[in-house]
Amino acid sequence: MIRLSIPLRQALARLSLPVLIAAAFGTMLLGKADALLAERARTVLADALAPFYAAFAEPARSVRDVIADAQDLLVIRDENARLREENERLRRWQAAALSLEAENAMLRRQLSFVPERAPAFHTARVIADGGGVYARAVLLAVPPEIQVRRGQIALDERGFVGRVTEVGTRSARVLLATDMNSRIPVTLEGSRARAMLAGTNGARPRLQHWSEGSRPAEGERVVTSAEGIAFPAGLPIGVVRWTESGVPEVELFARTDRLDVVRLFDFGLGGILPPEAIARPEPRARR
Amino acid sequence: MVGRPEPSPGLLRRIDALARAALPTFTTALLLVLAAGPTGVPALVPATALPCIFFWSLFRPGAMPPPAVFALGALQDLLTLAPLGIGVVTLLVAHGLAVSWRRFLARQSFLFVWLAFCGFALGVAGLGYLLTALLSWNLPPLPPALHQAGLSAGLYPAFAFFLGRVHAMMTRAEDTP
Repeated sequence: MIRLSIPLRQALARLSLPVLIAAAFGTMLLGKADALLAERARTVLADALAPFYAAFAEPARSVRDVIADAQDLLVIRDENARLREENERLRRWQAAALSLEAENAMLRRQLSFVPERAPAFHTARVIADGGGVYARAVLLAVPPEIQVRRGQIALDERGFVGRVTEVGTRSARVLLATDMNSRIPVTLEGSRARAMLAGTNGARPRLQHWSEGSRPAEGERVVTSAEGIAFPAGLPIGVVRWTESGVPEVELFARTDRLDVVRLFDFGLGGILPPEAIARPEPRARR
Repeated sequence: MVGRPEPSPGLLRRIDALARAALPTFTTALLLVLAAGPTGVPALVPATALPCIFFWSLFRPGAMPPPAVFALGALQDLLTLAPLGIGVVTLLVAHGLAVSWRRFLARQSFLFVWLAFCGFALGVAGLGYLLTALLSWNLPPLPPALHQAGLSAGLYPAFAFFLGRVHAMMTRAEDTP
């Protein structure tokens, strides 16, 4: 080491800063004069640092992943709520899609399908429950100008309710599907199997006489069948529910215990009609 | 001096002292290189250089001599895309001012030092802006310079905390015989 006297060292130390600042200005001018020089120096530095950055890239990426994971965790609650809501919506759509699929399959089986006319209906108010010879029946107030005939079908806003059995001048009686005397030909929507829906006077009518090998599945939709020419096909009735004792029942879509307004559809069908107290010819206006 | 002369330091002790003297410069260079990585913040390199150099110039000027500041400024200029030499000039000026005021500043509270550093950051950014304008002979946009000043002023407490720890450790190692 070169030994310098202390005053000289102090002078050098005091001088080094101004000299270096001057050198820095010189560097500035040099960089301005020769732009390529700075570029070359940068390239050399980048080349030298490339292995360092490459080695550093992996931990940096894992740190970034951890940060992204943490952010995901923060929003996971909202995400869950959103997904649950979406799931609910998709389930509804799935139900719609399933029924459409069944309808489509049915339509494809009969290529020369002629669409039905939209059926005409009247709305009638329910004025009394029960009464008459049936345990489960409702009485409707029907204005005299409206022509109601036996065999018309009553639906509420959700599904099948029953069939008109007695007609007066200002009223009509509807036998509900839950009545013991009610027998309705139905189709199981999934398997297209036919069965009979027999009322029990309870809230849920039973399924009977389904075809061999086509056991009604839990939750399967039940619609009316056109067999017997009493009902049009495809009116929604309910879904299959198996009881604990192994009896298939149908949970009706219609709320038969709190009916206030029903729609009376005239499909022009007059298959098997219930017997009437006074035997008189029925005008069966086929349309 | 009365008494025996101090024993000649051994090899390990010399290496120790050398490492301690070189530590600030090397850690600052390492931090600059790290800050130049793909962080997405372009002003991070100058905002890292200034707090480190300011801190070491203030509390341990022996470990941050002007040539080291020159080298660090050159590194900063090369790592960023600024015109060559501007970082060198600004950092040397900041270093010189910090060293000449250190007797006063080093005795103040942290908050006061931080306030002073905010002034330094603004001054450095302004000087850099002025030099860039002079060098290219047109006015560059002002927001990047302000952004750089704000970023370095905001980063100073974090740097001061860690560098203060390192400084205390070094002081303790020097005091133990």
